[in-house]
Amino acid sequence: MIATFRIPGAGRLKQAETARFSFDGQSYAGVEGETLASALLANGVHLVGRSFKYHRPRGFLSAGAEEPNALVEIKRDSARRTPNVRATVQELYDGLTAQSQNRWPSLAFDVSALGDIASPLLSAGFYYKTFMWPKSAWKNFYEPRIRAAAGLGVAPDQPDPDRYSARFAHCDVLVLGGGAAGIAAALAAAETGVRVILADEQADFGGSLRFESGARIDGQDGFAWAQGAVAKLGAMDNVRVLSRTTAFGYYAQNFVGLVERVSDHLQNPGRALPRERLWQVRAKRVVLATGAIERHMVFADNDRPGVMLASAARTYLNHFGVAVGRNVGVYTANDSAYAAAIDLKKAGVGVAAIVDLRDNPTGSMIDEARALGIEVNFGRAVIRAGGKLRVSSMTVQPKNGGGERTIPVDAILMSAGWTPSVHLFSQSRGKVAFNDETKRFVPGTYAQDCVSVGACNGTDGLSATIDEAYAAGAKAAKDAGANTVKATKPKVDASESWSRGMLGAAPGAGPDTTVKAFVDFQNDVTAKDIRQAVHEGMRSIEHVKRFTTNGMATDQGKTSNMHGLAIAAETLGKPIPQVGLTTFRAPYTPVTFGSIVGHARGKLFDPTRKTAIHPWAEAQGAVFEDVGQWKRAWYFPKAGEDMHAAVDRECVTVRKTAGLFDASTLGKIEVVGPDAAKFMELLYTNPWEKLEPGRCRYGIMLREDGFIYDDGVVGRLAADRFHVTTTTGGAPRVMNHMEDYLQTEFPHLNVWLTSTTEQWAVIAVQGPKSRDIIAPLVEGIDMSDGALPHMSVREGRICGVPTRLFRMSFTGERGFEVNVPADYGQAVWEALWSEGQKHGACAYGTEAMHVLRAEKGYIIVGQDTDGTVTPGDAGLDWAVGKKKTDFVGIRGMARPDLVAKGRKQLVGLKTKDPKVVLEEGAQIVGDPKQAIPMTMIGHVTSSYWSQNCGRSIALALVAGGRDRMGETLYVPMANAMIEVEVTGMVFFDEKGERLNG
Amino acid sequence: MLLIRCPYCEEERPELEFRNAGEAHIARSADMAATSDDDFEKFFFIRSNPKGIIYERWRHMHGCARFFNAVRDTVSDRFLMTYKAGEPKPAKLPGASE
Repeated sequence: MIATFRIPGAGRLKQAETARFSFDGQSYAGVEGETLASALLANGVHLVGRSFKYHRPRGFLSAGAEEPNALVEIKRDSARRTPNVRATVQELYDGLTAQSQNRWPSLAFDVSALGDIASPLLSAGFYYKTFMWPKSAWKNFYEPRIRAAAGLGVAPDQPDPDRYSARFAHCDVLVLGGGAAGIAAALAAAETGVRVILADEQADFGGSLRFESGARIDGQDGFAWAQGAVAKLGAMDNVRVLSRTTAFGYYAQNFVGLVERVSDHLQNPGRALPRERLWQVRAKRVVLATGAIERHMVFADNDRPGVMLASAARTYLNHFGVAVGRNVGVYTANDSAYAAAIDLKKAGVGVAAIVDLRDNPTGSMIDEARALGIEVNFGRAVIRAGGKLRVSSMTVQPKNGGGERTIPVDAILMSAGWTPSVHLFSQSRGKVAFNDETKRFVPGTYAQDCVSVGACNGTDGLSATIDEAYAAGAKAAKDAGANTVKATKPKVDASESWSRGMLGAAPGAGPDTTVKAFVDFQNDVTAKDIRQAVHEGMRSIEHVKRFTTNGMATDQGKTSNMHGLAIAAETLGKPIPQVGLTTFRAPYTPVTFGSIVGHARGKLFDPTRKTAIHPWAEAQGAVFEDVGQWKRAWYFPKAGEDMHAAVDRECVTVRKTAGLFDASTLGKIEVVGPDAAKFMELLYTNPWEKLEPGRCRYGIMLREDGFIYDDGVVGRLAADRFHVTTTTGGAPRVMNHMEDYLQTEFPHLNVWLTSTTEQWAVIAVQGPKSRDIIAPLVEGIDMSDGALPHMSVREGRICGVPTRLFRMSFTGERGFEVNVPADYGQAVWEALWSEGQKHGACAYGTEAMHVLRAEKGYIIVGQDTDGTVTPGDAGLDWAVGKKKTDFVGIRGMARPDLVAKGRKQLVGLKTKDPKVVLEEGAQIVGDPKQAIPMTMIGHVTSSYWSQNCGRSIALALVAGGRDRMGETLYVPMANAMIEVEVTGMVFFDEKGERLNG
Repeated sequence: MLLIRCPYCEEERPELEFRNAGEAHIARSADMAATSDDDFEKFFFIRSNPKGIIYERWRHMHGCARFFNAVRDTVSDRFLMTYKAGEPKPAKLPGASE
């Protein structure tokens, strides 16, 4: 069935391919290949939305990406519900379901449209003024209501099931915009053989050739020429042609972000295709051929559905074969709207009148319109549009005042002139320049290797555009390294020319009026709002913009910026360039989060690191915790155990018999070379030169400021080889810290650093029975206390594989850490586990590890220290080499504030009630009765229930802590004041006898 | 995303491969322990933060892993040149007046 407003013979669509679609539940027929906007217009539907603030009925303004009004929700299924889709961009497919937004209960009757009547309350800056009193009412009353009433679409409430892909690309010449200029530039560059990418946001290349019926190039209709040229480009090996692809951001050094809409136009995209593809392109040269955007006329009620840009009406007619009305009026300040009137008239649409603001314009277009019998009025203005849900009339008046005349129309086509699209140029940090004669901003000073051609450069006329673009394309290729080749420049046989126009409010919407003449449709900003902003003291255009929100909607003011600027300038009595243009920022059009995120979500968001022993722990039912990117076994609950019970059992078992712990995540760095000991002397506070091979030492690393940066046990394997361990989270930064000093401060030292974190699986076996468990599996290492004392390391074999066996302890018990190549980690663990079973050993997790070390007062860097703790504060002075003359941090440590009295020092805390476990992070005060806010003298850094001690234990940083031993302090909580006693940091086996027990 | 030339790899590579490492040409004293409070303050805390030309350290983290020096214009973000760690501050900058 041919819909009512389709013009037989007009447009370029194959009429046979019908697509059924629905809008607000009503079913319609459209044609595949057209936009949703075109299909709705073909069915006579203009009313498609309600405005942001006043809920005014809105229709289509444009036929492209600049559309401010026609935002709809496209729903494929419950999860695929996309709000704020521009109906002028969305292509139709069979079964498409669309809904209007921001209306209740229905589009035609919207309760909130009362906001329109109450609009004196909602003028510019209303947020800051009207709803301020009483203060409490803002949060509870005004804000929720305003938020509910204002706004655009509703965000989807389910995870996005679609797939988004991403590609990096490099090219010599990147051409942005596929109109006549872009195609000509791409042809010139491509012929030289350099790598070219040509991208355009539309489904069909051609830009304004889609509607410019008067253009002829190389003997063909302009649009047909464009299709032929793009087909030719697409067939070249050195060219990539991307349609439906928007360049949204222009970044440093010719790095351009583009989004390709791969499957939004397909009925059944299938699983093979991503929804969108992000292209990150690095180009040697960029050609900007982004065209120009037509401006609307600013007059009273210019937002009524049916009032639209003249070029949009032409696109709907010439490209899609759809008439936007049966009896249209035209309101213009330049020639281009005449072309729309002529095309429509020739297609059989009634043109009631052309109202031209200019006094006595001349030209072939005007003559042709007259010849077709169209009424043309000069020096007159449309001062008002009639109608509500659809425009019904235009009221005309001589522009200097006089008698009004109301002409019935069902659409008004308007054109105030064309604004060059300098968005990408401006994003590239180029500076625009104002051309006073043509009243437009055009590219001025370039900041990057790019060039603007055609309408976006302020170049008028097809012939001049193609000359300029073709030359620029050839030069870009040459600059990128191409050889000159014989040129075959396209020849322009006929073209249309339209330039000039007007900026700002038209007569009837001037300073003395209170009418609603919209400047920014999407944010409901009127000419009056902008004047009011100036009257209220806004001087800079950036302030006017923020006060009125002009140009701040999702369309980024593509149609409104220049009008807003002109009105502000007029009100300020300043020339336009002195008021300034607001900055253009990426993205050019809204970009989905999906395309930015790409594959990096869910499991692919961040790597998950698992140890070699992870599968065993998983099979044992371990509960895991995240430590950085690592999954670490937290505790191993037995049937019926909660975390508390499991951790208590693990802690007791380790001290009674033994426990196995997966310590593989510890950072490990191999420090090797003739100067390895010298390097260690400089990077750690401890002395290393005299440490014998085969022995270990607890090392502390500082930053230059003297604060603790990392710690760990270091084994000296040979005179020139150290096995350094770091904290789990600190491994990468410690490696970076070491490399930094080695490469830049101590390059004279002959040392190599290798990260070996993932090369070694580490199995800690701790407890009185630990040696009994390990010994049967070890070859070539004497495990007697004499041969392998506490803090020593030997190389040998375990279960037949090489091992570095450390005798060390993070529990205070006799302990070992078995390092084996990661590939053997699980096998060796299982062998140790079955030995351990004979002795009643358990596997323990990170929670028990934390409790056991706290019972011994061993600190965890990053938990008990926070980047402001010196070795002295942590009670680790013994680990600082007193005779050393240099190490990183030696000077920082000696700063006056770091050696002053009263610094926070690490101490133990025992609650008076042993059952009470403090909260980590809780603040500590001296006098519980002092007035609030209390003076806080420290905080709890670690706190646990210790089953081995039969009470709670805690570590804390307390001002002057070591001088407060035995003192009673207080931990104020919401419901209690907890009494604590300051103690030493060792809660279990104070003499340390169990290390050899 | 910036393009940065690694003076060791002798190639321009995308910023993703690099990490900034703060201002360059701040030498650590050979006699650190004897540094005065004022000199330590200058060495550790004071940075120039210029509007314009900055000399800074970068590391080709996901490449050769070497630290090197770079001259960057903080206004345009342009890298004027890069050079190896340990080399002196360049006397002349290419294209500085551009």
